[in-house]
Amino acid sequence: MTFFARRCESKTATVIVLAALLVLTGNACSNKNSPAPRDYGEIGGPSGTELAIVQVLQKDNGAEPQTLDPHRATGVPEGNILRDLYEPLVMEEPDGTLIPGAASGWTSSDEGLRYEFALRPDGRWSNGDPVTAHDFVFSMRRALDPATLSGYASILYPIKNAEEINHGEQPVENLGVRALDDYTLEILLRGPTPYFIGLLNHSMAYAVHPPSVLEHGDRFARAGNLVGNGAYVLKDWVVQSHIELTRNVRFRDNGDTTIDTVFYHALENSDAVFKRYRADEIDLTQGIPSKQFKWIRTNMADEYVQSAYLGSYYYGLNVTRPPFKGQPGLRRALSMAIDREIITEKLSGAGELPAYGWIPPVQGYEPQRPEWAEWTREERHAEAKRQYAEAGYSDRKPLVVEILYNTSQDHKRIAIAISSMWKQVLGIQTRLLNQEWKVFLQTRATRFTTEAFRAGWIGDYNDAYTFAELLYSNNEQNDPGWVNADYDRLLTAASMERDLEKRARLMEQAERILLDETPLIPIYFYVSKHLVKPWVGGFVPNIMDHVYTKDLYILKH
Amino acid sequence: MDGGAARLDAHAHTAQNRTMLSFAFRRFLSAIPTLLILIALAFALIRVAPGGPFDTEKQIPPEIEARLNEAYHLDEPLYQQFGRYLTGLAQGDFGPSFQYKDFTVTELIAAGFPVSLKLGGLAMLLALLVGISVGTLAALRQNSRTDHVAMAAAMTGISIPNFVLAPLLVLLFAVTLRWLPAGGLGDGSLINLVLPVISLALPQIAYIARLTRGSMIEVLRSDFIRTARAQGLPGREIILGHALKPAMLPIVSYLGPATAGIITGSVVIEQIFGVPGLGRYFVQGALNRDYTLVMGVVVFYGVLIIMFNFLVDLAYRWLDPRVKL
Amino acid sequence: MNEAVRGNSLWADARQSLRRNRAAMTAMAIMAVVCALVLLAPLLSAYEFDSTDWDQISEPPSLVTGHWFGTDDVGRDLFVRTLYGGRISLLVGLAATLVSLVIGIAWGATAGYIGGRTDQVMMRTVDVVYAMPFMFFVILLMVFFGRNILLIFVAVGAVNWLDMARIVRGQTLSLKKKEFIEAARAGGVSNFNIVRRHIVPNLLGVVIVYVTLTIPQVILVESFLSFLGLGVQEPMTSWGALVNDGAQAMESAPWALIFPALFLALTLFCFNFLGDGLRDALDPRDRRASG
Repeated sequence: MTFFARRCESKTATVIVLAALLVLTGNACSNKNSPAPRDYGEIGGPSGTELAIVQVLQKDNGAEPQTLDPHRATGVPEGNILRDLYEPLVMEEPDGTLIPGAASGWTSSDEGLRYEFALRPDGRWSNGDPVTAHDFVFSMRRALDPATLSGYASILYPIKNAEEINHGEQPVENLGVRALDDYTLEILLRGPTPYFIGLLNHSMAYAVHPPSVLEHGDRFARAGNLVGNGAYVLKDWVVQSHIELTRNVRFRDNGDTTIDTVFYHALENSDAVFKRYRADEIDLTQGIPSKQFKWIRTNMADEYVQSAYLGSYYYGLNVTRPPFKGQPGLRRALSMAIDREIITEKLSGAGELPAYGWIPPVQGYEPQRPEWAEWTREERHAEAKRQYAEAGYSDRKPLVVEILYNTSQDHKRIAIAISSMWKQVLGIQTRLLNQEWKVFLQTRATRFTTEAFRAGWIGDYNDAYTFAELLYSNNEQNDPGWVNADYDRLLTAASMERDLEKRARLMEQAERILLDETPLIPIYFYVSKHLVKPWVGGFVPNIMDHVYTKDLYILKH
Repeated sequence: MDGGAARLDAHAHTAQNRTMLSFAFRRFLSAIPTLLILIALAFALIRVAPGGPFDTEKQIPPEIEARLNEAYHLDEPLYQQFGRYLTGLAQGDFGPSFQYKDFTVTELIAAGFPVSLKLGGLAMLLALLVGISVGTLAALRQNSRTDHVAMAAAMTGISIPNFVLAPLLVLLFAVTLRWLPAGGLGDGSLINLVLPVISLALPQIAYIARLTRGSMIEVLRSDFIRTARAQGLPGREIILGHALKPAMLPIVSYLGPATAGIITGSVVIEQIFGVPGLGRYFVQGALNRDYTLVMGVVVFYGVLIIMFNFLVDLAYRWLDPRVKL
Repeated sequence: MNEAVRGNSLWADARQSLRRNRAAMTAMAIMAVVCALVLLAPLLSAYEFDSTDWDQISEPPSLVTGHWFGTDDVGRDLFVRTLYGGRISLLVGLAATLVSLVIGIAWGATAGYIGGRTDQVMMRTVDVVYAMPFMFFVILLMVFFGRNILLIFVAVGAVNWLDMARIVRGQTLSLKKKEFIEAARAGGVSNFNIVRRHIVPNLLGVVIVYVTLTIPQVILVESFLSFLGLGVQEPMTSWGALVNDGAQAMESAPWALIFPALFLALTLFCFNFLGDGLRDALDPRDRRASG
């Protein structure tokens, strides 16, 4: 005891505080002076291409996945792991280009209403069973069966009778998916869907192994039970800690897989992830702590990878209640008063694209911008003031508006910035209200009290329609509550249109109506951000932010 | 004085045993309504919360939501759900997790508790060891430089929030010096727990050192210690043999709230170090409206705290036989 | 009258012994400075606590710009924000402690002194409330019903009075066996007066130690809620919220952590040292010895 006491005498407090200050100021200095990147030694050996002997990848995966049942999974963390466990009919190149997966090829006929997929005869489940067309029929029926309780079934609605089956109006046997023989799968669509092949890459279209699902029921996705057809198999699952996958030796393309083991770490605290990355415990992160962005840019620029991501960050305006009801001019004024460049360059500074239109850049679609997007800041502000005054507001009678956002550092910063811009340009008085996620979702969806609210939308597939349909008058996701007959008409026409060019023009026309009416204010288009250790090879950022471990490799270090 | 007490003890031995038994029995009985109140309160609280377990960014079609509610019995009247929950609980079944669809709550608690216990237990042990030593030392040299320095050192833990201290420790020992892991359980070896345990123990050290110092000063001034001193007993024997036991009373009292403190602390520490303990389950469960998981953790901790308070009372009695139970 | 004179001299003794304690006096002086700064915050800087400056985002401290503590990540002056945050933190600390103090002492002293069946019932009640994992309830409340500063007072106060009651009861139990209490009782002093005149004053030592632990504890609880994202609403802030914001940028903007953390730590340190001094000064046995 005395021994202990004596040791504690030695000014532990001072030591700790000094050490802390040293760490802090040490870093502060390196911020100013020449940053010294950590020396990892020779990456990849003398040739620069030599592989490490131990092929283990440590990946940050954000929140704990809710399930590894591909038909019940809804979130990004689940998707990341499922991509390693299952091989869908249609796969992706590292850059996101669609390529044959479990199907070696496909043909479409009947003006795009019928698809025929040829499955690979060498396709194997991780227990050795062959992967057949019957497995896909079983799985798609399961995905749409109302008893499966899938939250994402609407992804498969383009398939004939899918929606009716999911609503319980038809038996699952009526689904437009058939096995013509063991290795030929036929899918009938209800209407032309140019992005259909892309949908088949979604986890809703994955095949599960019928015998193990039937045997284990709800527990088939547990370690020990799960049988997949992907490059990896589930070895261990410690909830709130990590999921460990190991190479699937029966995978048809196992020869091309380099990494033997991959750990997905469940960590909701992005700063903790960052520290663990710096301590070399994590090789690949799912994002960065946004407050550390400048530091990362200065000190570890080589390891920071960002690229466009299919998502729109926006502020919705509740058009079903005052003050925004029937006030498109006021809504436009609010949009014009926001300096997106300040938000993207000064606040986040991470290369997000300032957004003036709603639909982010996607293939085969001409991005739309309102006319005023080309004006100078002064011109915009002048016009904003004019329309604000026209709506009946002034310095003496300012608009009072509440901004609702969900609890998050990043949303907070942007809410503060927007509130401050509205105040500076128009004299609007704002109140910031921050709610926890689930409360926020409910408040936003009911539209009883919301005025302006923060929102974001990530595309489900790489097509403009996944964004356009959000504002369709009866869409459940239409949180502004905006109803416009012309918009609905154009969108319906687009969904029936078989000519891709014409289809795009129809959606572009619809977006122009949307932007003019301004039920929502686009702020920026997302980018995906990763920290990648120099020894992780094969990483290619893509717009869907899909990464397959089988495409990666670890260099000698 | 001690001899007298011992003789008295021997006489009262059987009687005391009987009181102990009846005390334990009474405690057990009173724990049942306590638990029921706890369960009802938690149940009510989580159900009045806005938002449900199936609310997500992409809204589920109403038919599917209705089916989900049916599958999890959320469509039944509340009292029926409560009855169902209690029935399950009586059979040791905490129900399925709404959020982690592949697991039951029982499985999750069984996985998380050993981790929390190890972390919390080690931290408490460290805190008691260091806290009592520092507190005693400070009391013995009251108002000296040693006293001030020791107490100032101990105070670090409650002067800087541990969500600042923990990342600083990580920055220093894991990122810069590379002596220790920055987080996770790794292969399960103890080295992974060093930083979390220290971070968790620091505030407790401060509390315990304070309480020890205060009560030790008081005890050292009391008549029986003065008498012992006057009789020329050596200092070490006075402290260890006579002063320490009565001085422990406030510490023992404190152990009840300390367990609660450890729980609170672990929420932060578990998040920062990515340790899969119950605190993190709870916070994630609350955020996700995972009703059964939140209830499970609350009930589980309720039982733990009741047990712990019982132990504290026993220890109190052992340290101070004059206290009636 | 006799009573009053004795009381006066007791407190005079205490004041004198406190004055001799350099650590406590220093702590008191620092506290006074911090309080003054916090109260005078708006007068001390040209900046407002909620005005943003896009050209001064995350700028280090500078005498030239007048941002003495630098700016945060939306360009707000951290000096003013630190002082405003201090108001909230101190307010939360004092109010919640007061709540728990009043309830806790009354409850614990009564139960411990009366004893018997009353004690049983009162302490069982405490046990029942005690078995509630309160931090969980606080989290639930904050998650579900949003951040309301009043809710923090109530929640934290409601948690802390239990500890107070337990400790006070424990001390009362051992106190009431003491000769001077027995003497008072033999002298026919009423129970209420014994509790008020003898038990409560004699508990002051341990109560003050406890209070000085509770105020920083409450401030810490508030900061813990901030860590979970459940603290005060923007644009208002507290030390806890500032420190949490700063901790997330400790590599890139250390000043955003160092200054609020310094204020927070300094205040908590001072509370503790002051409490120590008060304890020594108010120790009842000390008085008996000197009297």
